Amino acid sequence: MPRIAIDVLLKREILDPQGRAVEQALPGLGYDAVSEVRVGKHLELLIDAEGDELDAQVEKLCADFLTNPVIESYRWRVIGDDERADA
Amino acid sequence: MRVGVVSFPGSLDDHDAAVAVQTCGGEAVTLWHADADLKGVEAVILPGGFSYGDYLRCGAVAHRAPVMEAIAAFARDGGPVLGICNGFQVLCEAGLLPGALLRNEGLRFVCRDVLLDVEATDTPWTRAYADAPPIVVPAKHGEGRYHADERTLDALEADRRVVVRYAPGNNPNGSARDIAGICNAGRNVVGLMPHPEHAVDPVLMGGEDGRGFFDSILEVAAAPTGA
Repeated sequence: MPRIAIDVLLKREILDPQGRAVEQALPGLGYDAVSEVRVGKHLELLIDAEGDELDAQVEKLCADFLTNPVIESYRWRVIGDDERADA
Repeated sequence: MRVGVVSFPGSLDDHDAAVAVQTCGGEAVTLWHADADLKGVEAVILPGGFSYGDYLRCGAVAHRAPVMEAIAAFARDGGPVLGICNGFQVLCEAGLLPGALLRNEGLRFVCRDVLLDVEATDTPWTRAYADAPPIVVPAKHGEGRYHADERTLDALEADRRVVVRYAPGNNPNGSARDIAGICNAGRNVVGLMPHPEHAVDPVLMGGEDGRGFFDSILEVAAAPTGA
């Protein structure tokens, strides 16, 4: 069954106060080279579908429920077991 | 008049909303989230709280509850619906109101009285505020920053659908254009972040400026049909 990874961020034009707070903390910790921090969500799931049907189901799931298109954008991809973020 | 108050798992202010309805002379009816049954009520309140733990996004899971299908149909038929705080978030997630509520600009949970201008008094929830001075009601939320794209904001302003606005210097969360609450095109669905139901008893809460929302809906019921 394909494993899907979905990354969700607030749209670029929307203020992300969490990302800004992280960014402002970094210089004090010695990380001077970092900018444009955005904090979002990463979801992983299994879905029993393949091919065009897989694409359609994941798109619908993202647009209908997992993200709110008014404020968020997302990207998704099929990942292998060795690419799971929870290792 | 029978006014329904929805209880989701994680609702906190459903009891206060029911007490506010009763204080103002109405009959409060509990509507259970899992029942798509409005029990014949004439108005519905979606209360504050953290429905379903605010998992995923505030209001995202609540708007899939069976009772919400019935409320969406009720709203489409012109039934009066008021969403307070988490209820406002649920109405936005459900698409019954435009826009969304984001994390407060200052990241902190805000809990304090705010001064509000009631700008639209031609909704069933605000008509008691006609010609009234600004009101003071409590706000308490971590995710109350109203957001919509510029075109939507312009349309809301043009159609006078900004129902309540934070008075200058009172915006606690960075909401676009100081918007505290809006209504739908039909003006029967109103959502706002501050809590009028916490300001109906001067002895308990130090003010009763929130009463107008409940007086308004009960007056609508008392008015002659077709008026």
